[in-house]
Amino acid sequence: MTETDTLVAPVTRESRKYAAYGSPLWQRVLLTREFAVIIAVIIVAIVACSSIPKFATPLTLSYLLLDLTPVLLIALPMTLILISGEIDLSVASTVGISNVVLGFLYAGGVPIELAMVICLAVGLFVGALNGFLVTVVGLPSLAVTIGTLALFRGIAVGILGTTSITTFPAFYKSLANANFPRTGIPLVMVLVAALVIVFALLLHFTPFGRGIFATGRAREVARFSGVRVKRTKFILFLLSGLLASLAGIYYTFRYGSSRGDNAVGLELTVIAAVLLGGVSIFGGRGALHGVIAGVVLIGLLQSALRFSNVTSDVINIVTGALLMASVVAPTVFAWLKSRLFSRFFPSPHATRKVRLQ
Amino acid sequence: MNTLPLRSRRGRAALAALLAVAVGFTAAGCTGTDANATGSTSAGSEALSIAYLPKLLGNPYFDNASKGAKEATTALGGTFTEVGPAVAAADAQVSYINTLAQQQVGGVVLSASDPSALGQALTTAREAGTKVVTFDSDVEPQYRDMFVGPATDESISKAMVDQLVAQIGDSGDIAILGASANAANQNAWIGGMNTYIASNFPNLKVVDTFYGNDDDQMSFDKTAASLQKNPNLKGIIASTNVGLAAAARYISQSSFKGKVALTGLGTPNATKAFIQDGTVKSFVLFSPADMGYLASYAIDALRKGTITGTEGDKFSAGRLGDYTVGANGVVYVGAPIIFDASNIDQYDF
Repeated sequence: MTETDTLVAPVTRESRKYAAYGSPLWQRVLLTREFAVIIAVIIVAIVACSSIPKFATPLTLSYLLLDLTPVLLIALPMTLILISGEIDLSVASTVGISNVVLGFLYAGGVPIELAMVICLAVGLFVGALNGFLVTVVGLPSLAVTIGTLALFRGIAVGILGTTSITTFPAFYKSLANANFPRTGIPLVMVLVAALVIVFALLLHFTPFGRGIFATGRAREVARFSGVRVKRTKFILFLLSGLLASLAGIYYTFRYGSSRGDNAVGLELTVIAAVLLGGVSIFGGRGALHGVIAGVVLIGLLQSALRFSNVTSDVINIVTGALLMASVVAPTVFAWLKSRLFSRFFPSPHATRKVRLQ
Repeated sequence: MNTLPLRSRRGRAALAALLAVAVGFTAAGCTGTDANATGSTSAGSEALSIAYLPKLLGNPYFDNASKGAKEATTALGGTFTEVGPAVAAADAQVSYINTLAQQQVGGVVLSASDPSALGQALTTAREAGTKVVTFDSDVEPQYRDMFVGPATDESISKAMVDQLVAQIGDSGDIAILGASANAANQNAWIGGMNTYIASNFPNLKVVDTFYGNDDDQMSFDKTAASLQKNPNLKGIIASTNVGLAAAARYISQSSFKGKVALTGLGTPNATKAFIQDGTVKSFVLFSPADMGYLASYAIDALRKGTITGTEGDKFSAGRLGDYTVGANGVVYVGAPIIFDASNIDQYDF
């Protein structure tokens, strides 16, 4: 050991304590976008249950969760992809292709379990194609996935044409729609909860997850810090394809229908929910609990408005306005703050400028 | 200073988001309660309440059907609500059916986006006592009480041929423009026309049958090709509304205008210009409004228990007269409507 080592070591090894953060733990947990969305979910739930007759039933919860399952499944990898600074617009088409392949294979005599495995493999392939084009070829993910959105949808429609396949095993159909006895909680929530835990651990408690944030914040800095940026993104696209194909399998059994135009436009619902949940479209920011709250918020709001016989256009206006408000408000307030606060409370940086003059 | 939440950037952002969301929800909550004030009366199980659920909202064809359903519901003293998705998707319709079932509406007038994907939701709704009558697009028979069809295939074929014969007489060469060679309804109509012509107008010869795949440009090109190939053509029947509009556009700009008669299945708005310039004298279509009207009367009869939707059941449907339910719970509105210069302005779809 040299003299310099002993001098430097105590400083670098000193672990960061909570006191080192700018604000105490409760503030960092509660005063966040994520928590605001969770509060909003609670407010909407209370308002809807108390003011809409027949809304507060287990059946409403059951339908809500069943409707939200595909969105939740896709939102998990979508959150990671958006945080890494990329986007995947091809997810709904992947749901479509998985839905069509499952129906096509089952109608062709392939055992349903094997057909499901093939669907997941198709999902992985689709993800690998997106990942390859983005990471190896180096194309922007927006352009790549707009292309594969059209490509996979075209293939899905091409496989079945205008026909649809509607016979599926009753066991899987009832499994996809069944609730736990005497509750409004669908069985499929077990799968969703397990995947939520896996993705939460992956994003927030592993070096891989920190790498995703670092990549989204500053790609080059992440790379020089030892994050394998390309491999990280490739894995995220694989996960996205896999989960989208899983959502496609669920979709098939939930509705008992396989056709080329199923789940068209689902990618926008997912991205809207993820952004509402506090993930930054520019990458580098977001948390999974906020995303889940965002998905539930949009679903709950739509369900409540539908129950009140509000037309779909008004529902779209309300969800759109909400999304705009949640995306725009922080920017507007930051701008206001910079204008107002810099006048009344000049920052040390500004003061220094004055002194220099 | 940094520990104060409102002065930290994140704290401000959080507060801003909270405020925005809260405002959004207050607004949303208000909309909810307002609409509910009118909606709660329709949920009563005593009075007739009919919900109209088309494939999508904002489509002139379905808006026309909605008018008929509303007219009948009002005439029956019931409450009418129109709900539906903004895009034609089965999964979107499922959510609406689930909601209607929970609201315990008396009946649903439905044009289905998918014949089986709605099955589970419809079954649940019917177990809760909601009557389901489909129109325009059916679901599998076990999922609904009745289906209201526009007109029998034979009557549609007959009407199209009769319109052409009225213009060109009962002899000469004619051609048929279809949508696609493998669509069930197209084959039924074209087959029906051939049979009807063979047995009633032996001097009328169908010299060409071509398909435009319901594509405007392809229908346009194929009409041009057929007219060049068959110079003695006296008339064309287009059994598709896309084909009729495309063929009319070609003929109206060509030297065949005034020499070749054109009729078929069309929609009023797409064909209006060609009725006005004389390219098309008359065309055939069923009335969506009458389908909606009949479906609402069927729901009323089903709720009162006068019919159960089985073959041979008889019920009366206001201004449309009396109906008998056919096989598989299907009932047809009746003869198709003939549109010409005298009545086309009364329709908007």
